[in-house]
Amino acid sequence: MGDSIFGILFGSIFVSNIILSRFLGMCSFLGVSKNFNNSLGMGAAVTFVMLLATMLSYALYHLLLVPFNLMYLKTLVFILAIATLVQLVEMFMKKTMPALHKAMGIYLPLITTNCAILGIAIINVDNNYNFAQSIANSIGTSLGYTMAILLFSCIREKLNEDQIPKCMRNLPIALITAACMSISMMGMSGIH
Amino acid sequence: MLHELTKGIIKENPLFVQLLGVCPSLATSSSLENAIGMGCAFTFVLIFSNIIISMIRKFIPDQVHIPAYIVVIASLVTILEMLMNAFVPALYAALGVFVPLIVVNCIVLGRAEAFACKHGVIASALDAVGMGIGFTFALSLIATFRELLGSGKLLGHVVLGTAYTPILIFILPAGAFLTMGFVFTLVNYFRQRGEAK
Repeated sequence: MGDSIFGILFGSIFVSNIILSRFLGMCSFLGVSKNFNNSLGMGAAVTFVMLLATMLSYALYHLLLVPFNLMYLKTLVFILAIATLVQLVEMFMKKTMPALHKAMGIYLPLITTNCAILGIAIINVDNNYNFAQSIANSIGTSLGYTMAILLFSCIREKLNEDQIPKCMRNLPIALITAACMSISMMGMSGIH
Repeated sequence: MLHELTKGIIKENPLFVQLLGVCPSLATSSSLENAIGMGCAFTFVLIFSNIIISMIRKFIPDQVHIPAYIVVIASLVTILEMLMNAFVPALYAALGVFVPLIVVNCIVLGRAEAFACKHGVIASALDAVGMGIGFTFALSLIATFRELLGSGKLLGHVVLGTAYTPILIFILPAGAFLTMGFVFTLVNYFRQRGEAK
């Protein structure tokens, strides 16, 4: 399947799931996943910003950095572009869609420093993906993120009710749960 | 002054106590070599970002201080990427996307925001050295467990002998979560025991 659009989409959702096998976006994954609704909001916000950021970083890289032979500046340009983008999206949303802003707004600033967004922009460039492949990769990745954080939040809501040794509460048990999820994702690894 | 150096190693260890920098420590701890490489790369960026930010802290307008810090850190990471690509290409390839991702590492931005913007150059440099050592130490500890159990080797040398069957899962992604979970359990256990006394 390799570099076909479907292969990239499937691979980025399941096989190399952004959280469970690439370890990007862990902070928000562990921080926001305490309940289902917040996880849904975070998943939606990441999907939205990741798609925009992928398009923007693709355009910047191929229209600005490559013609001027400035590829080594990609880290600097991408992080600034993403930070500006998130700021603009937040202002735009506040003005035109106050209801959505209220639901999603608090997650937006968190996304600026979310390594998943910058990570995917860099991975797309490093793999020499074309525009369609980059879009497929970012959609697949954000769906994978949303899936992982939603499943994880359901398990965590259940864990809150359980009797867990005091020293394992919160972060340790969350990490061990993530380990079990990661093992189940490994079942997909032969497919890609 | 010495306190600024030592506090980052155990008492305010960025990973174990402040719970920052979880992403890179999960991803780059599959072997001790990668962990030490990542620790050094990270320390390099942290030391220079702390020094530069503490030097320019009086000129940065308050409203744009975060973007200004990000520009400083991103420039340093770009320099680091070029240096690593030139001198240690194998390590650079092994760490992959996690070298550029030092830009969004919460420890670097966190130290700039919490320490370097309020203290002098020397104190900030010492703070960075301490935090860097603390992070490298934490990362190496996790990597030691993972490499030893997952391949029976340490830094590429066979340690546990041929009779040992490696538990492959420890060098796979799942092993990172598992090891990290149990290390944090231990840290919590000792902390809670200390508080109870």
